Amino acid sequence: MKKEQTLREPFVRMVKRDAMPGWQRACIYALALLLALIVCSAVIVAFTGLNPVTVFKTMFETTFGTPDLAWKNRAMSIWTTVRDTMILLCVALALVPAFRMRFWNIGGEGQILVGGLATAFAMRQFGDAMPTWLLFTYMVCFSLLAGMVWGLLPAVFKAFWNTNETLFTLMMNYIAIQIVSAFSILWEAKQGSGSIGVINKATKAGHMTTSWLSGAFGTKNYIIDVMIVLALTILIFVYMKYTKHGYELTVVGESGNTARYAGINVRRVIIRTMALSGALCGLAGFILVSGSSHTISTNTAGGRGFTAIIVAWLAKFNPFMMIVISFFLVFMDYGAKGVATSCGLNKAFSDIITGIILFFILGSEFFINYRLVFRGGRKEAL
Amino acid sequence: MQFVLTVLKSFFTSAFFHAAVMQGIPLLYGAVGEILTEKSGNLNLGIAGIMYMGGIGGLIGAFLYENAAASPIPFVAMMVSILSALLLATLGGLIYAVLTITFRANQNVTGLALTTFGVGFGNFMGGSIMKLTGKTGQITVYLTGKAFKSTFAFAASETVVNNPFLNAICTMFFSYGFLTYFAIAIAVAAGYFLARTRKGLNLRAVGESPATADANNINVSRYKYVAICVGAAIAGLGGLYFVMEYMGGTWQNDAFGDRGWLAIALVIFALWKPVRAIWASILFGGLYVLYTRIPIAGATQEFFKMVPYVVTIIVLGITSFRKRPEDQPPQSLGLAYFREER
Repeated sequence: MKKEQTLREPFVRMVKRDAMPGWQRACIYALALLLALIVCSAVIVAFTGLNPVTVFKTMFETTFGTPDLAWKNRAMSIWTTVRDTMILLCVALALVPAFRMRFWNIGGEGQILVGGLATAFAMRQFGDAMPTWLLFTYMVCFSLLAGMVWGLLPAVFKAFWNTNETLFTLMMNYIAIQIVSAFSILWEAKQGSGSIGVINKATKAGHMTTSWLSGAFGTKNYIIDVMIVLALTILIFVYMKYTKHGYELTVVGESGNTARYAGINVRRVIIRTMALSGALCGLAGFILVSGSSHTISTNTAGGRGFTAIIVAWLAKFNPFMMIVISFFLVFMDYGAKGVATSCGLNKAFSDIITGIILFFILGSEFFINYRLVFRGGRKEAL
Repeated sequence: MQFVLTVLKSFFTSAFFHAAVMQGIPLLYGAVGEILTEKSGNLNLGIAGIMYMGGIGGLIGAFLYENAAASPIPFVAMMVSILSALLLATLGGLIYAVLTITFRANQNVTGLALTTFGVGFGNFMGGSIMKLTGKTGQITVYLTGKAFKSTFAFAASETVVNNPFLNAICTMFFSYGFLTYFAIAIAVAAGYFLARTRKGLNLRAVGESPATADANNINVSRYKYVAICVGAAIAGLGGLYFVMEYMGGTWQNDAFGDRGWLAIALVIFALWKPVRAIWASILFGGLYVLYTRIPIAGATQEFFKMVPYVVTIIVLGITSFRKRPEDQPPQSLGLAYFREER
């Protein structure tokens, strides 16, 4: 004999919200960030025994240079921070079209690496034989093409056989890493070193320089990186918001059936979008190799393919918001590394801090999308 | 021809099998944990971080015990180590579960954040704990490591060592610490649980269609929470195995490498079946160290390290061509469940 269960309203239940005003959303994020910083401070104090204020001062100094340094040296720190922000931003921008289409491109890392490898190949192969403009054209085209191929492969499988793209792109990363690792040995500078070293060290062919600006931005700067990536930011914004392509891929992301019903060729959209996404990741590889490291190794991408996913997601695919978030993550990374170094602790400390902040921000999004209703609270008119 | 023979000869040896098992067991733990998680409909990309957390947890536990006790007892050290590994790994799983189940955060992004956190936590603690406790040098827990490595006494007895056949058998099957056998036991148990028990059926229902499960009065959130936390604990043992039995009770930054991701690859290769993961993990372990047995040095060797990933992609492709319903990922994998959403 079963007793009739009495239905009771649960103590607390959640209701999906409609769109939330921008300022409220900003408040929730700010609150989450504040909580995260409190937890981070506690962690920092627990491990280093330092006063949190000193810690944040150290973080600023590693990112922007120590105030008592000569301006020239401070500029170096700032440029490095800017450069890393731009590269992270570039990868995040590359991922936006794919994510909008709900295509989980976890393969940014591999796409960056093959793009960088293609650039390195062009530098080595044609470095001395070509005028600079032609060499750079080759380098850019090669990197775009290599990244595109790496993005296309999973896209074709997804489009035709609905193969799980998250896992496919993830595996493609490791194949790219091994290819780069093989070429590191093939092209190694010194027998047995396993590293390529600076490519075209003597001629500097294919190295991005700003000498033609006659030092307007300081002797060593990354102004070209900044210009390329900011232009890309605007392009992606326009592509997503004002073009037919951008509209189509958003519809495919929202509902494949709707897209099919509306006469959108879903397969073509998937393949086209991933070609773009992969190619732009390849471009990030070009910027990394030609613009800063002038070499390639398995660490060239440095986890940016993964971090960029977080950037794109947290910015809700808004290219301008991504600038802020990229900068923030780079700042936290450099800052925490500086703190760890100054205390003689391991540099991985920055990952812990970044992780904690991400947890809080991810958790806070719940309060943006949902609203809690308590039992016996105010009744609302339906 | 001669070359092929040399290569084949080096594969069909008990030593190669032994190496494959040693490489495969961390993957098996990770994969079984991830299968349980994925069967509940959650794709946990944080498994790599969780395995780091399990590994470092076990190491810290053993380290603190060895330093605190006047004369540490190996068995107790082992238990402390296992408990602390389970604790930290479960904590990692719990973070992921709270964010993705209760707060409905995106699973992929949360998983990646957890990996960043977990790998950072492992490397940080591994590299800094000596400094934090006012000591110098590299962290080692020799005693606990030795306890974990201790194996069947008869495998080292004189009759066995002198008999080539018995020796080979013992190298292949009886030369491991207990965590190896435990891994296989867990995989079999998980397979039985998923296929043969009421709770396992419910769990699979949650992963396939949470709305249907909910309508049948199955508590979706509770099943997901338990599956993720238990899965994380199992995966954490993989990290512990690596640190204790493979590394012998010491830490080296990033030594665990990409094995966490390889465990996720193994889930696909095993088609979400824990028992299949047993032989698949040994195969993957073999593929992972394949390059050491190929008598080619240099760049070509690097291409052999690619094999496990290429094989995974091929399997992924084939399963999606064939569309056999029993080989597919859980239907609602990667999607958050919200009852009021239609």
